[in-house]
Amino acid sequence: MNQSSVRPQSLNKVEICGLYKVYEETSSEAALDSISDRHVLTDLNFAVPARSFTCFLGPSGCGKSTLLRIIAGFDTPSRGEVLVDGDPVCGPNPKHIFVFQEDGLFPWFTAYENIELGIRNLKDSQKRHELVLEYLEMVGLKGFGGYYPHELSGGMRRRAEVARALIANPDILFMDEPFGALDFVTRLQMREEMLNVHAMFPTTILFITHDIDEAIQLADQIVLFTERPTSVKEVLSLGYPHPRDFTKGDLAVLRRHIYRTMGVHAAL
Amino acid sequence: MSLNGQGLRNWFAVRWSAFLLSFFIMALWETAVHVFDVKPERFPGVMQVLRGLWELIRDGRLLDYIVASLFRVTWGYLLAVALAVPLGIFLGTKPFWRMAVNPVIQFMRPISPLAWIPIALLWFGIGDNPAIFLIFLAVFFPMVLFTTSGVAGINPTYLYAASNFGITGHEFYSRIILQAALPEIITGLRITLGTAWLVIVAAEMIAVKNGLGYLIVDARNSLRMDQVLGGMLVIGFIGLLLDNLVRQLERLPSVRWKRLKQ
Ligand SMILES: Nc1ncnc2c1ncn2[C@@H]1O[C@H](COP(=O)(O)OP(=O)(O)OP(=O)(O)O)[C@@H](O)[C@H]1O
Ligand SMILES: [Mg+2]
Repeated sequence: MNQSSVRPQSLNKVEICGLYKVYEETSSEAALDSISDRHVLTDLNFAVPARSFTCFLGPSGCGKSTLLRIIAGFDTPSRGEVLVDGDPVCGPNPKHIFVFQEDGLFPWFTAYENIELGIRNLKDSQKRHELVLEYLEMVGLKGFGGYYPHELSGGMRRRAEVARALIANPDILFMDEPFGALDFVTRLQMREEMLNVHAMFPTTILFITHDIDEAIQLADQIVLFTERPTSVKEVLSLGYPHPRDFTKGDLAVLRRHIYRTMGVHAAL
Repeated sequence: MSLNGQGLRNWFAVRWSAFLLSFFIMALWETAVHVFDVKPERFPGVMQVLRGLWELIRDGRLLDYIVASLFRVTWGYLLAVALAVPLGIFLGTKPFWRMAVNPVIQFMRPISPLAWIPIALLWFGIGDNPAIFLIFLAVFFPMVLFTTSGVAGINPTYLYAASNFGITGHEFYSRIILQAALPEIITGLRITLGTAWLVIVAAEMIAVKNGLGYLIVDARNSLRMDQVLGGMLVIGFIGLLLDNLVRQLERLPSVRWKRLKQ
């Protein structure tokens, strides 16, 4: 049941050990054992290698967001634990930054002010200013620092939020379908940028997506979840170089396998 | 195209038509009084009302009364807001206390502040204080409710993000909670200022010997219908100015996001 003892700890950034989640006040120990449809997550065990790009794939409503919130420390498991660097998670951490599906930027702050929050503990205001400008430029928002989120496009907002996360120099980056609301081309561009980010920054990325192709293009590891009550169906390793063409070779086989596992047979 | 007038560029034309419309209504009023030969004791015409007002301006009473009314409103309003907003933030962030206190506030709110007049007089005697107390009551309870619901309705994502960046303590309240609830708080400020202005006039009809409410009662007692209507015009006009004043707050860029999102 406890895989964490199998792998050497130093290689894993995050370890999920026998994790259960039931959304209910009366979640007694007994209720946890008799698995019912109230269970969201049941007995999850897997590990996320340090510096990996791990994608979570699973049916809608299976509890991916719930799991990510628990790992990030916003929510607590009903049983089991999450270890980061071998220590149990106890609450949110400025080194583990969450990029939300939407509305993650504070709408009452400008893009500049939002990004500056990522380095709010930096005392030197001149250095802070330089860094914010540098990151604004890096995500292609040069000159938009003074704009409020509602004055930016969806893609620009995503970029600003990614900048706010990266400037904090996080160990772990959580992303919950960050590009789900974007149009197709912008989404492809953001994917590319995420690969660059992952190459440039020594960050472990946990990335939720419902897009199988996106997962195949981005991930070093894909965790597949079942329907509710949710458990881990499969953990796949993808040691292929980027850029990836999933229409050929091993990746095409893998892609067909994932589609079939998720119950899609025709759309190939 | 939006129906809330956000995109309306020709501000000048809007103001100009509002001005023309009020001018037209006054002209209609004056003509009607003449055509139907209404007696001035029943309903004076515009010109007569303006003459009555001019009399009040000349002997300085109008200015005195306006200052007196505004003084009471300002104190009662500021006092109520200063207490209601922190309390609302507390109740908004503490579901337990919210559920405990909410019935009390919901119970107090529908009791018209005017029903408190006897108690206000008994406790505070004659003068400004009972009027300030009534304004306080009229503003305090709704303002607590506006702030509470504003805070309780904050999108949890903002709270997650705040805790993620380690924003805690007073900074959490001033930069996150207050800011996120500000659009609702400003709506509350605007509506309660209107209520305060309604209540002050009524309160002054009873408890005091100056102010715009007193002006109306006094004019009626001396059968000066022109000054009764003149007082009403001034009350309406100042109410309009006050509303415009608070409306400016809604224009702040850090507040506009809420309206644009809806
Ligand atoms: N606060 C809550 N109370 C009760 N049930 C909840 C709550 N939040 C989520 N759930 C349930 O938990 C399940 C998982 O929700 P979650 O948002 O984690 O799903 P998801 O995998 O992220 O789905 P999607 O892909 O659609 O975003 C859902 O079926 C939902 O009904
Ligand atoms: Mg989700």
